[in-house]
Amino acid sequence: MSALLAVDGVSKRFGGLQALEGISFAIEEREIYGLIGPNGAGKTTLFNVLTGVYAANAGAFTFLGQNITGLPPHRIACAGIARTFQNIRLFANLSALENVMIGRHPRTRAGVLAAVVRSKRTAQEERAIERRALELLDYVGIRARANDRAGSLPYGDQRRLEIARALATEPKLLALDEPAAGMNPAERLALGKLVRQIRADGVTVLLIEHDVRLVMNVCDRVLVLDYGEKIAEGTAAQVQRDPKVIEAYLGAPRAA
Amino acid sequence: MIESLARLKRHAAAPWAGAAIVALALLALPFALAAVGTAWVRITNLAILFVFLSLGLNIVVGFAGLLDLGYIAFYAVGAYVYALLASPHFNLHLPFWIILPIGAAIAALFGVLLGAPTLKLRGDYLAIVTLGFGEIVRIFLNNLSRPVNITNGPQGIARIDPFRLGELSFSRHEAWLGLEFSGPIKYYYLLLAVLLGIIVINLRLQNSRIGRAWEAIREDEIAARAMGINTRNLKLLAFAMGASFGGVAGGMFSAIQGFISPESFVLVESIMVVSMVVLGGMGNIWGVILGAVLLSFTPEILRWTVDPLQQALFGRSLIEPEVIRMLLFGLALVLIMLFRPAGLLPSAVRKRELTGRTA
Repeated sequence: MSALLAVDGVSKRFGGLQALEGISFAIEEREIYGLIGPNGAGKTTLFNVLTGVYAANAGAFTFLGQNITGLPPHRIACAGIARTFQNIRLFANLSALENVMIGRHPRTRAGVLAAVVRSKRTAQEERAIERRALELLDYVGIRARANDRAGSLPYGDQRRLEIARALATEPKLLALDEPAAGMNPAERLALGKLVRQIRADGVTVLLIEHDVRLVMNVCDRVLVLDYGEKIAEGTAAQVQRDPKVIEAYLGAPRAA
Repeated sequence: MIESLARLKRHAAAPWAGAAIVALALLALPFALAAVGTAWVRITNLAILFVFLSLGLNIVVGFAGLLDLGYIAFYAVGAYVYALLASPHFNLHLPFWIILPIGAAIAALFGVLLGAPTLKLRGDYLAIVTLGFGEIVRIFLNNLSRPVNITNGPQGIARIDPFRLGELSFSRHEAWLGLEFSGPIKYYYLLLAVLLGIIVINLRLQNSRIGRAWEAIREDEIAARAMGINTRNLKLLAFAMGASFGGVAGGMFSAIQGFISPESFVLVESIMVVSMVVLGGMGNIWGVILGAVLLSFTPEILRWTVDPLQQALFGRSLIEPEVIRMLLFGLALVLIMLFRPAGLLPSAVRKRELTGRTA
């Protein structure tokens, strides 16, 4: 079985700091793959390398069998990896609807000439963009907020809006960077449901999360990072029992 | 009564009737102005050119959020392209409908030339580089007279051809249908037609995939990239589009004035255009138009009223009209910015930004 995303020996260094050291793993199609680790373990760095924000110092990764190492972020988005951001990065002054409509950019075509001439086809495309954006707002449960300024939405809704915007790019892989951060337990539960729904609809999910319970609940497999190295990989239950993982989270057992 | 009024308002023809009234007023305007003095028709024509410039700059500043303080350079490029290709200077006399597209294209090229090295700059840093760019272009125009005389230096280029369509010359005085059509009046109608086109282009661009991508870049470049937007190409596109508007305006300026020199393209002019955009309402096409019209006319109106007003009030001229005119003008700018920080007609986005701080 060929993997959707295959990562092979990816390393990233910031000056003297080795942020990632030879990370390898593979995400299968239609799974929910968790990425956990203590603060500063390199989760977000790995995320940023995979989405083209940083260039890896070594290693390569392929997506759908295609080498996408070192591509700029917009090409990676076009290839089918969409992401959200740990510290929400919405287009805060635009409406929720406009945010999602912008997500349709890589899957639509109209250029300057088409916009100025506004042919029948362009007008149709515009209507389709709006229709799809409204559907996605409905999908994540914030359709009623479509015309509100994105930056004025409640925190949980902003997270949902980011997911809707990412889904608008029609990704094969949706990468969520700590989507539950700052959410209350009820919101987390709803988020878990949404993530499972997204997978059920055919999108593979890569989930970075601090909330261990959420990860254990929704992820099929989990990768654990510590100090930029992979220390464990397996099902949630396996990883939870791994002594190296316990050590990373709770510290080494005191030498007697 | 109120009900019938509301029905009238809801009537589908109401906006059309409004548009028709505005159109008629605009068509009749030059004759009314000509009755006061031909100078006012000329002032109006210049105001329309500044509307072109403001709409062009609005693409760069208002839509894509890239502050450009050297915008007048593109106006200069368009003006010189026209002047060089349609004057005795090189003894070339190409028709305007060939030169204007060339001027727009070359101005767009200059836009890319400015955009390419500044892709990574934003805000203040970008403003400084663009300011320098504007000055560089002006200084080049001033000095490209030696060793080969291209721009004729500070003397400028004179006897530039007016627009000509077959037998019809835009500079001649003519009488049609019992109405006197002077040169400026003919140019006025031409400018009005071009203005209509430019407004349509702007409105359509704004509500399009490209317009949204520009807005995304303005709001958050990193997020825009993650949404599959090629920020480099789209920023260059914004610079090129904005510059080409400036190029067209420059070409028309050249033809209308008949004479240009580097002095017409100084930094103050750039600042003026930025003021028009900001004061009218960055990102809102109608606001920008209003800003350009107001800032073009206010100094002229003050020029004609300050002195007579002083004479009437005090019986003599207390303060130099030229001094008090710019003083009042500056004061007006400060007041507008204090009381309407998002501009006279703010865009929906800016309004949200300045009032909707609930997050």
